[in-house]
Amino acid sequence: MLVQQIINGLTLGSVYALIALGYTMVYGIIQLINFAHGEIYMIGAYAGIISLGLLTLLGVPPSLLPVSILVSFLAAGVVSAAYGVTVERLAYRPLRQAPRLSPLISAVGVSIFLQNFVMLSQGAGDLVFPLTFPSEGISFLDARITTLQIFILAVSVLLMAALTLFINRTRMGTAMRATSQDRVMAGLVGINVDRVIAVTFAIGSLLAAVAGVLVGVYYGLVNFSIGYVAGLKAFTAAVLGGIGSVPGAMLGGVLLGLLEALGAAYISSEYKDAFAFLVLIAVLIFRPQGLMGSADASGEKV
Amino acid sequence: MAPAGKTVTAWLFGGGWIALLALPFVGPVRALQIALAVGIGGVALHAARRVPLGSLASGIRQTAFSGWSVAARHAALFLGAGLLVLLTLPLHANNYVIDVATTTLIYVILALGLNLVVGQTGLLHLGYVAFYGIGAYTYALLSAGAHASFWVGLPAAMAAAALFGLVLGFPVLRLRGDYLAIVTLGFGEVTRLVLRNWDEVTNGPNGILGIARPSLGGWVLDTPASFYYCVLVLALAALFAMRRVFQSRIGRAWVAIREDELAARTVGIDVARYKLLAFALGAAVAGLGGSVFAAKMTFVSPESFTFFESVIILCMVVLGGMGSLPGVVLGAAVITILPELLRGFSDYRMLIFGAAMVLMMVFRPQGLIGSRSLAYEYRRPAGRGVPPRSR
Repeated sequence: MLVQQIINGLTLGSVYALIALGYTMVYGIIQLINFAHGEIYMIGAYAGIISLGLLTLLGVPPSLLPVSILVSFLAAGVVSAAYGVTVERLAYRPLRQAPRLSPLISAVGVSIFLQNFVMLSQGAGDLVFPLTFPSEGISFLDARITTLQIFILAVSVLLMAALTLFINRTRMGTAMRATSQDRVMAGLVGINVDRVIAVTFAIGSLLAAVAGVLVGVYYGLVNFSIGYVAGLKAFTAAVLGGIGSVPGAMLGGVLLGLLEALGAAYISSEYKDAFAFLVLIAVLIFRPQGLMGSADASGEKV
Repeated sequence: MAPAGKTVTAWLFGGGWIALLALPFVGPVRALQIALAVGIGGVALHAARRVPLGSLASGIRQTAFSGWSVAARHAALFLGAGLLVLLTLPLHANNYVIDVATTTLIYVILALGLNLVVGQTGLLHLGYVAFYGIGAYTYALLSAGAHASFWVGLPAAMAAAALFGLVLGFPVLRLRGDYLAIVTLGFGEVTRLVLRNWDEVTNGPNGILGIARPSLGGWVLDTPASFYYCVLVLALAALFAMRRVFQSRIGRAWVAIREDELAARTVGIDVARYKLLAFALGAAVAGLGGSVFAAKMTFVSPESFTFFESVIILCMVVLGGMGSLPGVVLGAAVITILPELLRGFSDYRMLIFGAAMVLMMVFRPQGLIGSRSLAYEYRRPAGRGVPPRSR
């Protein structure tokens, strides 16, 4: 029972971590809580479904797993990244010098808009994600880990490793770190700050889109409203780990997933969603810089 | 201004890009329509900018408000006419209109309370609906459980909401901006989850039935018209109280905190106390709105108190103009009445809301009627309202 809950928690937590990375990267660079990030994740899940529908029209059955997985990841990633960059351009960039309340309200507006856009165009009901993984798995210690869970964990770990390399080893990654330290200074030394911000949104959106496809396959159903709760949880994960910190978001996501799975199993499943918020409130009050955030930065953030 | 040819190309390109984004979701026909709409709309907007609307507006303003006495006379006239319409509404309107008017007044009360916190004090509160819910449930439980009268339930609801406002306010005093927004949002969600799951007290998702309407002496206000008058009196009282508080020392302290917390502290304002006061008073007003809502519906359930409701009330405050009382009243009226007028477009109304929130922030961050005080208390040469608060 305990081992099983830990496996479930890790699976869910790694997905939270993928979404949380988008929040934390954007916050690190422009100090904005991208409220619409959950919607970008939802858009990714829908783009995955739509791409698989097109694939079926072209005569490729979704049961051809490697092809359909690759296509849905690609489609979701491209569409979500385009949405993320467009949202930044239209709703956040004009407000960079505005009071901090303005971009936040604008973000809530984007979130409402995208939710209703998808609801109107794709219907308010659940859509079935047309991908099924083989149901076999590995059993050990009275617990079972399915191939899908292994796949989700593997994809998440792979992406996080790739992101870490990107941030630490590439020119663009260096520019991103410089911009998050001091945007004005970065601009003065010749970094195209607008482009760095756009790339940050694109990468964050791409990760969220992959998370959307993974969750769509995991639960089998997708709905226009999934972005709200997932976004809140991922944000909680980002704050838990220390917003602005990339390893923090990974740690926070996994911890939150574990906490939820164990809380639902041993305390109360009705209040499952409340745990995330209670943890969030507690973290913000007692350790606002998060688990891995630096203490000196907290004065500016809270 | 960029040369016309360049702007037109930019708009057409923008239309094409938006259509491309929408394509996977809406299909090719709709995408083409969207591209045309954005392109043509943008070009039209660009052409309209050439018309000197700005100077026309300032001309009108100059002639209308050249002297303060004229402006005051206009305001009095406007106020008098508005009051007359509101007072005589039940005489010439049907029950449906009276019902919409009552709902509007409830939202006016709620928006006034949120404006106190967000507009006047500058604390972004996204869990406001929690206090609305606490107020509604307090009266619901007192009325359905203990048969308490509305006039007992109303202050009790306000007190309960204010108490929870303090409970939330204490721990979040140190938090600012986005962090405060998220914690309040979490508080709102936790409150809703408790309302939904604490079956023994709140009856869970089924809600509470059989809430009494208010009564005066032996006269039960159960007709739409009588209840409307009751809510009208309460809304006007709230408006009057707000006006008085905003003009007092307390109101000015709140503005000072909003404009610059550090400076406010430096000139000797007890920031913690005034913030707590704002939380508590804002919550009390939400409690007032909640008990009126419960009395109107005679039924409450957790589904009335979602995050979405918080967002709608925030929209009212933002649309009307944060910090401006007439603006907030106007915002509440527009957002409640517009969807009723647009019944045919009801599917699209949230889509339009979302887009309007973004457009409003980008093009007119001060709202329909911007707070007058914002304009004269703090103006930078760049003229973009308040400077960013970080760093």
